[in-house]
Formats: sequence, C-alpha cells, structure tokens
Amino acid sequence: MHVPDGFLSLPASLATGVVAAAGVGLALRGARRELDERTSPLAGLVAAFVFAAQMLNFPVAAGTSGHLLGGALAAVLVGPWTATLCLTVVLAVQALLFADGGVTALGTNIVLMGLVGVWVGWGAFVAVRRVLPQRPASAAPAASVGGLLSVPAAAAVFALLFGVAGTVPVPLDVVVGAMVGVHVLIGLGEAVITGLVVSAVVAVRPDLVYGARPLLQRPAVPSERVPA
Amino acid sequence: MSGHGTMGAPAARLGGRRGPAWWLVGLGVALLCAGVLSGFASASPDGLEWVTERLGFSAAAAEPVVAGPLAGYQVAGVTDGALSGGLAGVVGTLVVLAVGLLLARLLRRSAA
Repeated sequence: MHVPDGFLSLPASLATGVVAAAGVGLALRGARRELDERTSPLAGLVAAFVFAAQMLNFPVAAGTSGHLLGGALAAVLVGPWTATLCLTVVLAVQALLFADGGVTALGTNIVLMGLVGVWVGWGAFVAVRRVLPQRPASAAPAASVGGLLSVPAAAAVFALLFGVAGTVPVPLDVVVGAMVGVHVLIGLGEAVITGLVVSAVVAVRPDLVYGARPLLQRPAVPSERVPA
Repeated sequence: MSGHGTMGAPAARLGGRRGPAWWLVGLGVALLCAGVLSGFASASPDGLEWVTERLGFSAAAAEPVVAGPLAGYQVAGVTDGALSGGLAGVVGTLVVLAVGLLLARLLRRSAA
C-alpha cells in the first residue's frame, strides 16, 4: 500500500506530513514508557521482520496481491507507540533506499501504515483481548482481529485522501469501494500472519509480548521475580 | 557494570532463560524471508496498484523524487534477479535492524 510520489496534491502531502510528524513526535515520547532493556532489542527485530515480511507478496485474487503491513503485529509485540516508530523506520528506509513509496509521500505512508494501521490494529486487539479468557493463548486471536481490521482501515483512509486531494479526479465512493473491497481480502492474509507470529512468540517468550503481559499469571515461584 | 548484581540476575536481565537465542532465531527468520522467500513472492500488483490501474489513475504516480540505490529491490550490477533481490532484501533488513536498535537504545537511555 505504498503511495508513490505524485498521487496526492502538494498541500495534501504537506498536511499528511504534518500529521505524521506530530504522531511520530508523540510516539517518541510514548515509546520511552514501553522500552526497557529487554524490549528494545525486540523493537529492532520487529522493525526488521516487518520490513522483510513486506517483501512477501501473497496472491489474494486474480491478478492482485497483498503483503503484511505489520502495524497490528508490531503493536501487540512491542506496544503501539514503539510500533509507530518501527513502521516509520521501515517506511523511511523503503522510501530512501528502495524507492518503494515516494519520499514526498512518506508522511502519507506513515499516516496510513504507522498511525492508522498500528492504532486501529491495537485498538481492536485491546477490545477483543478484554472479552477473551484471560490467558496468554488469547493474544494471538485478538491480534488476528487487529490485523484483519487494520488493513481495510488504512485502505479507507487512503481512499478518502485520494478522493478529496488526489491528482486525478475519481469519484470518492468508487475509490473507497474498490480500495476497501480488495483490502478486506488482504486483511485476511494479515490476520493469518499476525496470529501465527504472535502465537509463536507467545509460545516461546510470553513475557516479551507487550500485549500479552496483562494475560500472564503472577509467577508461581517468588524467586523468579526480577526485581523492578 | 550494571547487570552484574545478584547471582542469576544477568541472564534474566539480558533476556532470560534462553539468553539471546530467541533474538537470533528471529533475525534468522527475517533474513530468510527477505533473502530467500522474497524470490517466491507474488509479482502481481498489490492492492493499491491494482485499484489505481483499474480506476485509471496509475499514471498519477510521478517518477520517484529520490531514485533509491536499491530501487525495485534490486542491486545494480547483479544480473541474477533472485540473487539481486535477495541481496537487496538482506541489506534492507540489516539497515532497518540497525536503525531500529539505535533508536530504541537512544530512547531508553533518555528515559532513564
């Protein structure tokens, strides 16, 4: 879903750039509360994994493909503020080194994938986590729902932006319908990958999964507690 | 000098029972995805590209303002497409990893 240079008008690109900068600024503050000496190595790894996974396009229907956006996955693994920063690093490297997503569209892409994708995914995850049994195994299905909803949400925001401020006139309802339609299918792939990765990490190191921590039981053996 | 406190604490603080093994496995999976599996990825247009082609506004895309050195996920001069793509993926993964680790470290330090 990487928006290239030239899709949105210059004022619209400036506006999304301002929104992205504000969001990243907030994330730089918020991530300090999420990062500690155990989670910061994971944050770098999550950014690298999201970059790698975004290269793996899977077919979704005749003649089209999708790839993981990774916002919901990153939010569940390292927390939503840190996830916004992870996606920002991925998108900046893609724009500057790979010409994947325009440099003038970097703000737009951060808004779509680093803010909308991350926070819709995180919000849905938290809502589903609340209603599922309070055990670590509930993290993966909740993360799947987050992934599922995050993709059409980001697609809808792009469609609204393009319908209002695109450089080619296209009826708003047409572009919204087309974008959301195909991205519901891609969201299914996002849901599968997000659920599989979260369940794998929860199986090995549930304590490292930011979104699973409220689901962990208190340590049975007091000596296992790490002093704060 | 921190991390050398009570017995058993360093291992727990550096990542717990299995040390950094989980981290190396994770990095291995990422490099495998970017370096090898990417060669088997679908070449079809992604959702956004498909919509822009179908609705006839794909021409709105301008030439990239910054022509990245690894544009198209290929390394210039490496003629084998899969090898070139795999190399570009590995380089990108390591660059993202380095920037991400550095940023996380800076933020953690400034929070203390």
